[in-house]
Parts: sequence; C-alpha cells; structure tokens
Amino acid sequence: MSAELRYPAKATSRGRPRNQVAHGPRSRHDGTLVRNPPCAVAPARAPGEAVFQLYARIAWYGFRRYSAYRAAALAGAFTNTVFGILRAYVLIALWQARPGLAGYDVADAVTFCFLTQAFIGPMQLFGGGLGMAERIRSGDAAIDLLRPASLQGWLLADDLGRALYLFLLRSIPPTIVGALLFGLVFPSSAATWAAFAVSMLLGIVVSFGLRYLVDLSACWILDDRGTAQVSLVLSLFFSGMVVPLNIMPGWLGTATNALPWAAMVQVPADVFLGKITVTDALTFQAGWAAVTLALGAVITRAARRKVVIQGG
Amino acid sequence: MIDVQEVGRTFTIRRRTGLLRRERRVVHAVQNLSFTVRAGEFVGYLGPNGAGKSTTIKMLTGILAPSSGRIQVAGLDPARRRTALARRIGVVFGQRTTLWWDLPLRDSFELIRHLYKVDRVAFRRRLDELTELLTLGEFLRTPVRQLSLGQRMRGDITAALLHDPRVLVLDEPTIGLDVVSKAAMRGFLRKLNAERGTTVLLTTHDMGDIEKLCDRVMLIDNGRLAFEGGIDDLRATAPEETSIEDVVARLYARGAPAAGQRQARGQ
Ligand SMILES: Nc1ncnc2c1ncn2[C@@H]1O[C@H](COP(=O)(O)OP(=O)(O)OP(=O)(O)O)[C@@H](O)[C@H]1O
Ligand SMILES: [Mg+2]
Repeated sequence: MSAELRYPAKATSRGRPRNQVAHGPRSRHDGTLVRNPPCAVAPARAPGEAVFQLYARIAWYGFRRYSAYRAAALAGAFTNTVFGILRAYVLIALWQARPGLAGYDVADAVTFCFLTQAFIGPMQLFGGGLGMAERIRSGDAAIDLLRPASLQGWLLADDLGRALYLFLLRSIPPTIVGALLFGLVFPSSAATWAAFAVSMLLGIVVSFGLRYLVDLSACWILDDRGTAQVSLVLSLFFSGMVVPLNIMPGWLGTATNALPWAAMVQVPADVFLGKITVTDALTFQAGWAAVTLALGAVITRAARRKVVIQGG
Repeated sequence: MIDVQEVGRTFTIRRRTGLLRRERRVVHAVQNLSFTVRAGEFVGYLGPNGAGKSTTIKMLTGILAPSSGRIQVAGLDPARRRTALARRIGVVFGQRTTLWWDLPLRDSFELIRHLYKVDRVAFRRRLDELTELLTLGEFLRTPVRQLSLGQRMRGDITAALLHDPRVLVLDEPTIGLDVVSKAAMRGFLRKLNAERGTTVLLTTHDMGDIEKLCDRVMLIDNGRLAFEGGIDDLRATAPEETSIEDVVARLYARGAPAAGQRQARGQ
C-alpha cells in the first residue's frame, strides 16, 4: 500500500514552481493576488511524520463524518442489544443441553454472544462497503484518483475513524446491557485487555481489507451487489458471528478457523475469553491483514489501469 | 504548459444483443487531437455535448490514459505521473466535488493542506486571499451538504487553488451559477490569470465565459479539433452573425471538418 505514497522531500521539491526566487518586499494589498508567491511547499520535515499526520487527520475526519449520523448509530446499538438478549437466551438453552460445547461454558457462550453483537458495528459484519463501488459507478472516483495519496491508505484511515466511532456507540452499550442482565466474563488482567484491543484493531483491518476487495470488484463488474452479497454470507458464517466456529466438527472447524473471516469475530472473542494463545491469535490476524491489504494494493494498481472514469 | 500530440481515446462498449450474442462497439471519444497551451494563457475549450471535452480533461489530469498519442502537462506525462502532477495542477469538475460532504468547509481545506503539504503560514495567507476574493468567509463553518451549488462551487475552486498550482483545469465551473455568482467567478478567474499568471483551460457551454475570459478558443467536435484561434478569429468564421452563440452554433452544426482542413491555428 505504500507503493502509491511518494512523499519524500525529493518529490516535493520537484513540484516547486521554478520562478520563485523573488524575496523582495511582498505586501499583501487586500483583494489582490500576490505574484510570485513564496514557496507553498512545506519545509522539509520527516516524511514519515507528515504522512502520519495526514492519515491521522483523515481518520479523525472519518470519525467526525460518522458522528453526523448519530441517530443511525444509536438505532444500531439498540438493535444489536435487543438481538444480543434474544440470542443469549437461545445460547443458554443450547449450552444447558450440551454443556462444554465448543469448549465454552454457559457464561463464556453468553459473553461470546454479546461480543459478536459488539463487533457488528466496527467490523461491519453485515456488509457495508466503503462507498468506492458507488463512486466508481457514478464517476466520483475521478476525484479520488486526482488526490496525491494512496487510495487504499486513505480509505483505511477513514474506516478506522468510522470503526472507532461505531465502537463507542455500538459496541459499548450492548456489552454493558449484557453484563447487567447476564453477568459476562471479563478479562482479569490488563495484559489481556491490551491484547484484546490489538486483536480488535487487527480484526477491523482484516474487515477493511476484505470490504476493499469487494468494493474494487466494481471496476470489473460495474454492479457489485452480487459480490457484496456473497461476501456478506461468507462473513456472517465464517467469522463466527452466527455460531462459534469451534462448534463445527473436524476439518470444517479447522478450515473455517484458518480463513480470514475468523480474524474478525472468533479470534478476537477468544482473546477476550482467554481461550487462545495471544501470540498465535495476533500472528494469525496480522497475517491475514497483511495478505488482504497486499492483495488490495495489487488490485488497486490493476484497477487504475483498467478503470474507466464514468460520466462527463 | 499543456502539450497534446495526436491523442486518441476509444471506449469499447459491450452490449448484450441476444441471449448469448454480445455486440462490441468502439466509440472514438477523441481522435487525433493536437494542441498546445502556453504558460499564462487562458484558453476556452468548446464543443457540443459528447464532443470529447471531459474525456480530454480526464486525460490531461491523468485519471484516464490515452489510447494513442502523447500528452505533457506541466512537464509530466499525466497517466504515468498522476501523483506528481496532482501537486502541480488544480482541477475542478463542475458536477463533482472534492469537498467532504459532512464536514465544515474549513475542514476540507485543512485536509487539503495536509494532502498537498502546504506549509501552515502559506496556507493561512492563501486561504484568506481566496475566501475574501470568493466571499466565502461566512461559510467556512458550514457543512458542505448545506451549501448551495454556487457556494459549493466557490469552495471547490478554493480547494483546487490552495496548493498554488501553475495550471488550473476547469470542466464547466459556471454550471448552474446565477448571474451574480457567475460574474464574481469570472472576475476571480480573470484576476487569477492576469495577476498570478496561472494558466487556465476552461470548458463551458456558456459563451459569456468564453467572451469575457478567453484569449483563445479551441473547438472540438466528434473528438476532433474543429477550430482554434482568438475570439475575433472565431467571429470571423461567420461574420454575418452578431452573437457569439450563433457563431458557435454554426460551427457546431457544420460538424468537424476532416482532419487536415482544420481552421488556421491561432498564434
Ligand atoms: N466511460 C465511457 N464509456 C463509453 N463511452 C464514453 C465514456 N465516457 C465518454 N464516452 C463517450 O465519449 C464521447 C465524449 O464524451 P465526453 O464526456 O468527453 O463529452 P463532453 O464533450 O464532455 O460532453 P458534454 O458537453 O456533454 O459534457 C461521448 O460520445 C460519450 O458517449
Ligand atoms: Mg463534459
């Protein structure tokens, strides 16, 4: 993804207009444009720092952009909570009939249920593209391609901002309600909390990586609804959202646990419940994050060559 | 500043004509197009709907690669050096916006400052200038979705100029503006070109823009250059017509002359 980032000082100094030597008095009379403006390019700064500032700002704006739709987020929180309660009763019945299923006891199962509800918003488990497909169809992608920044990095930063906002509004309320009604199992050590935070972040990145691929498919198939639907079904079943993956017997369980969707629900939930070695969990997630992002970067390049900006 | 040599761009349209049969049709949006725009010029780019203006502009900005020919803008090949070029040119597509819909105008500008690495002091000064000239000051805190079309367009022009580009490419920037806003926009563009020396290429369907602003006009029809010259040369193609609209209407109606019998080139 860094292939598109050409920020080193060399690139900026090349972008500097040549005719800017004048250093004479340059009074600014109001309402008049000043000829021979001073160099508008920022002085040399560590390129990494500037890049970080840019993406941090994009993430912050993503956060604020979503906060314009607070009512929708609260409605989502409400739905997630109600469904969490319903599912909890079903799971309690199931685990009372089959104690120890999937290596969870009843309290673990109920906690797992509320964790999956909490993941829905930040990980966009019910689909929810990045808007790129729509922008490709409408031709607004022209604007995105005009910007001197990596499209993928841009959207990732924006998506992290979105995820943070939805975490606050849609993850915390169901968890609190679940804890009050059923008494959830919480990690006992600060280290587990920290590992869970990292695990959740990686889960969001994997979710982004997958959704980015679905969105970019619009470059080849103008209508991405088909790919979006397939992706939705895959993410619901293979993430562990519907039932814990460990419930599945034999090779099916092994296979689903190795697929990228597991990084979005099953693995972070197991980190929270302390059912998995932290290093294994984080390595697994980081691996899929790297793979999906790298694939996205390769496909972005192909898309750049391929995509025809629609509309005039 | 802009150099276009024998550029062509085709689109292949695939259409389903039967259950299994598919038809391929090739559209020549731009054919064998050559022109140059020198530094500091203000050039109007005219043509009837579907002539290939927007396609040309997409190629000049690097978001669409030409099928054939060679393009140089501000010393760069747009399709190959899109990112580097973005720092040297400003682009406004009248029907689209670069601004962030849900954020106050000011925040979009701030993000553009980071994106183009404009130094804080230079940015402040430039933003003050532009907001004053385009009377945008009172809208800086308004979310973009609450702006009117004309206000948003002024915001977009500001966004395109914050990094002080040497070339400004405008695709129908006066579309949908009222007479007052249009006059303000023209005044601003003229000033920008005259005082700051910014090269401007402008497409428009408004002949007032052409008459009031452009040193030179290029007219494209069916993807080919049909006329190139000053406003007076343009009038001279139909001396019996009084309004510039009628002159251009005649040129449009006549269609593109075959390559080779092009009108005298300006300058
Ligand atoms: N993505 C595309 N796929 C297929 N054909 C296209 C595409 N984009 C443009 N064309 C065709 O190329 C031609 C030129 O289109 P273009 O948008 O450049 O016209 P224009 O001069 O900007 O017209 P207008 O004044 O209406 O904006 C048209 O015939 C159009 O149908
Ligand atoms: Mg057009």
